[in-house]
Amino acid sequence: MPCFRISTDPIDPEPFRSALAHPQAGACATFEGWVRNHNDGQSVESLEYEAYAELAEAEGQRILGEATAHFDLLAAEAVHRVGHLQIGELAVWVGVAAAHRGPAFDACRFIIDELKARVPIWKKEHYSTGASTWINCATKGDFAATSPPPGS
Amino acid sequence: MKTVHIQYFAILREQRGVAEETRETNAPDAETLYRELAEAHDFTLPADRLRAAINGEFVPWPGPIENGDKIVFIPPVAGG
Repeated sequence: MPCFRISTDPIDPEPFRSALAHPQAGACATFEGWVRNHNDGQSVESLEYEAYAELAEAEGQRILGEATAHFDLLAAEAVHRVGHLQIGELAVWVGVAAAHRGPAFDACRFIIDELKARVPIWKKEHYSTGASTWINCATKGDFAATSPPPGS
Repeated sequence: MKTVHIQYFAILREQRGVAEETRETNAPDAETLYRELAEAHDFTLPADRLRAAINGEFVPWPGPIENGDKIVFIPPVAGG
């Protein structure tokens, strides 16, 4: 049974990776999203993630279910961190197991793309300048005219 | 008049100054309620950039509301 979780604690991927074990699996693909020190030409000091946990877990679960059916996965697990994260910290972890590598890679990509687009999680960037911004929420008067579209 | 419970996240929580509130409204749907709230609290996000969840599930705009509903306005998401 695939499982998506929101975590307030630092993510340890090991138990999630272990949960993927399956005797028919010949491939395991994982993805880690890390907090990087720059975005859109600005120097980033830290990131704050906030989630509507109840609905985020339900929607994340739906995405893992879709991936499992579409890519014929044997197992899928994912976890997303919330709270105030520093550079280099693990923000999101996705792992899948399949009989062969093709579907494993494809499913891993599908899951992270859908998580970013659909799950109610928000990210606030704190910049070296002391300013901060909720990503994708700029409106006229700040960065809306120059911001790239969501997901870019 | 109906009584609804509203939860705020991220930019809306900051602009409203609270994470949740109970409110009396005549709004027939979540979209109308959002416009009332945006007017009262100077929310910067236009309604067409939001989604709504009612009682724990996504609903399409305008999202008809009933007495006692739990409403969450969902700003553009940015996980990952």
